[in-house]
Amino acid sequence: MSNEGVDGNRRRFLTAATSVVGAGGTLAVIWPFLASLKPSAKAQALGAPVAADIAKIEEGQQVTFVWRGSSIWVLKRSKEMVDNLAKGASVLADPNSEISRQPDYCKNDHRSIKPEYLVMNGKCTHLGCSPKLRPDHPDPAIDPNWLGGYFCPCHGSKYDLAGRVYSGQPAPKNMEVPPHRYASDTLVIIGEDQKA
Amino acid sequence: MAIIPNPHKTTGFLGWIDDRFPATKLWKDHLSEYYAPKNFNFWYYFGSLALLVLVNQLLTGIFLTMQYKPGAETAFDSVQYIMRDVSWGWLIRYLHATGASAFFLVVYMHMFRGLLYGSHRKPRELVWIFGALIFLALMAEAFCGYVLPWGNMSYWGAEVIISLFGTIPYVGDALQTWIQGDFNPADATLNRLFSLHVVALPFVLVGLVVAHLIALHEVGSNNPDGIEIKKNKDPVTHIPLDGIPFHPYYTVKDIVGVTVFLIIFSAVIFFAPDGGGYVLEKPNYIPANPQVTPEEITPAWYFGVFYAMLRAVPSFAGTQIWGVIVMFGAVVVLFFLPWLDRSPVKSIRYKGPMFKILVVLFAIDFIILNYLGMHKPSPERTLVARIGTLYYFFFFLGMPIYSKLGSTKPEPQRVTA
Amino acid sequence: MRLVTNRGVGGIVLAGVALLLTSLLLAPAAYAEEEINPLPFEASTGNTASLQRGARDYMAYCSGCHSLKYLRYSRMGQDLGISDELLKQNLIFGAAKVGDPVLTAMPAQSEQWFGRIPPDLSLETKARGADWVYSYLMGFYLDSSRPLGVNNLYLPGVSMPAVLGELQGWQVKVEPAKGSAPAEDELPLKLVQAGSMTPEEYKAFVTDLTNFLTYTAEPVQQERVSTGWHVIFYLVFLLLPLTYLLKKEFWRDVH
Repeated sequence: MSNEGVDGNRRRFLTAATSVVGAGGTLAVIWPFLASLKPSAKAQALGAPVAADIAKIEEGQQVTFVWRGSSIWVLKRSKEMVDNLAKGASVLADPNSEISRQPDYCKNDHRSIKPEYLVMNGKCTHLGCSPKLRPDHPDPAIDPNWLGGYFCPCHGSKYDLAGRVYSGQPAPKNMEVPPHRYASDTLVIIGEDQKA
Repeated sequence: MAIIPNPHKTTGFLGWIDDRFPATKLWKDHLSEYYAPKNFNFWYYFGSLALLVLVNQLLTGIFLTMQYKPGAETAFDSVQYIMRDVSWGWLIRYLHATGASAFFLVVYMHMFRGLLYGSHRKPRELVWIFGALIFLALMAEAFCGYVLPWGNMSYWGAEVIISLFGTIPYVGDALQTWIQGDFNPADATLNRLFSLHVVALPFVLVGLVVAHLIALHEVGSNNPDGIEIKKNKDPVTHIPLDGIPFHPYYTVKDIVGVTVFLIIFSAVIFFAPDGGGYVLEKPNYIPANPQVTPEEITPAWYFGVFYAMLRAVPSFAGTQIWGVIVMFGAVVVLFFLPWLDRSPVKSIRYKGPMFKILVVLFAIDFIILNYLGMHKPSPERTLVARIGTLYYFFFFLGMPIYSKLGSTKPEPQRVTA
Repeated sequence: MRLVTNRGVGGIVLAGVALLLTSLLLAPAAYAEEEINPLPFEASTGNTASLQRGARDYMAYCSGCHSLKYLRYSRMGQDLGISDELLKQNLIFGAAKVGDPVLTAMPAQSEQWFGRIPPDLSLETKARGADWVYSYLMGFYLDSSRPLGVNNLYLPGVSMPAVLGELQGWQVKVEPAKGSAPAEDELPLKLVQAGSMTPEEYKAFVTDLTNFLTYTAEPVQQERVSTGWHVIFYLVFLLLPLTYLLKKEFWRDVH
């Protein structure tokens, strides 16, 4: 074995070129493995939009529908409940839903398409517990200025009746509003965006 | 408290590691300062290829296990779920199924290489024995995996193979029921084979592969001339004169072999994933049906030799165990090869014409037996299988006698190109 | 590079193996049953128009009894270029959603009617071969000894009624003429009553149907092959030349 006549440049070039091409191939092999962990066609089919019949919901009543395994609440708010939303705005962390997740058509004071119907993913934005609906007020046990809202039993986060979180709570954001649209006055399609 | 500095004089992060863990030592011992003979030929690609296929099986297996559902009611559907609903699931499954066939092909070539060049001879007896154990574990692993899709071949394959244990006198029936965990192959059987396939046997296989490599690197690699390169060392550096560092020389060479292998492997996976019915058999696209045996029940192609022997031996004295004994004997005899071979030279290059003829006949015999095992028997074929089986055992058991006979050529002092 | 020895032992091995295998292959297996060979048929899953017609015909004539439980309507729409609206209008019967698999609404008594539950056909061409499926659909003939009055060349004692008889017409079995070997693509059957299709139309119909069933057995087939060409291109034209040159470069050290 000897090293005479070795072209170091050629050797370095070939090593680098093979490494780059080999690394490219390796990445291309890794991709299918990672992609296989995405929700499968079955999960996607089971996660198809859900039709929610809201005709029988009474004022102040909340009904739960399931979409993609999440509990989607539909709350029919009374006029008083809607009016109260504006009064408590000063204690909220994100009153205008700037940093929270909702479709653009629900980025308003009542966080919904129709003021009386709130469609919301019932999951606390802190660590995913399911907050309880506490519409009665006053309720000093929850908050001296309670106007009705949601209270999370896990770590005590407080939300108003539009799912907006109070400031100074463990939860950082308002609860999420899923995409939805009205197929008719009494039928909501959860999981499909309202067409512009 | 000071640490004794590591002997490699590495510094920085690697130095910190080397003071506590033999990273550089392992790298040197097994790659950059592992001196392999410089005259490896075509046959020497198959060891690294076997390692590549093992890694492929482990990786694809991990991802398949995430989606597959063991159980008589769920297994078949979950395989189709992988093939259709899981993104790229089809590719991962084809890689695994074709990988199983490739594993045996590569391992058979690797073993034949050992036979040709005397890689089983002193001082490599343990390398060979660990290898034979790997082959045995691989057969068990392949059988368990074959059952998992729970198609009709899976089911009847399980029935036939587990029935082998039922041939043992007195305890056979009870043993068979115990292995199955039911009175026929059933849900319980599938689940225990799944456990063996994804947990127990992979552990055993990986452990044996590590032992195989440690033993090899202890004694050094054989070569096509069958001579010891350690006998001729540089007086100053003590490096074998005919040795070259495994890295970079054999790493760059093996990468070429790997690329060629991948071309063939990919061609099967992408253009003929059923492998003409040999990688994935037609009847296995029908769910397991305990009432209907497939018209032609044949083993996976890589078990053809052993299946042919099983069928070739007639039942006698009221039991069919003789075929089972012969079949297992065909594997057991491999373990004794290091002591059966008494030839004064290791490599076929320096053996006389008799061994050359016998080993060629052995290769032909192996292929014929494999063919017979995969096809329907007939009286003529059974006769051929019997002759083939006898020759298989003659080749090994006659070796202590014939390997000492005949002329040999003198081995060279240094390796030849 | 010497493979084994200079004397070409490898060549002897190959010649010997070839000789012995040929003799084995030519020797007929004594137990081989007398089976009629399927008609030659090459499925084409790249012909989208044929697959679309096959899908339409399958839904019209077969899906009443035979499910395709591993195929989702949405997947079929995606692969065959059929929009969700068209799927709902033309191919989905009943209340199934687009993401649902193709199931049937067979009543429980079907086993009494036919003697067995009509099998799922998702994997039929993989299990039996596309040529078999094609031949089977060509191979119904009148046989008064059977309860339903028909039999099939490829599945003697068939329990399925000749659903496509209206289209194909009715055939009877004839003995192949002695002395002359029958043509490879002809069955020993003769049309005695014409159906609503000409023989050519019916062949095209069955071809579409078999193509469609070949697609359902492995919907990913087209994607698999096209991915394969990319992989082979990468390996043959990029990786192999580089690794080969790299090896040669390093091995210049070894004398």
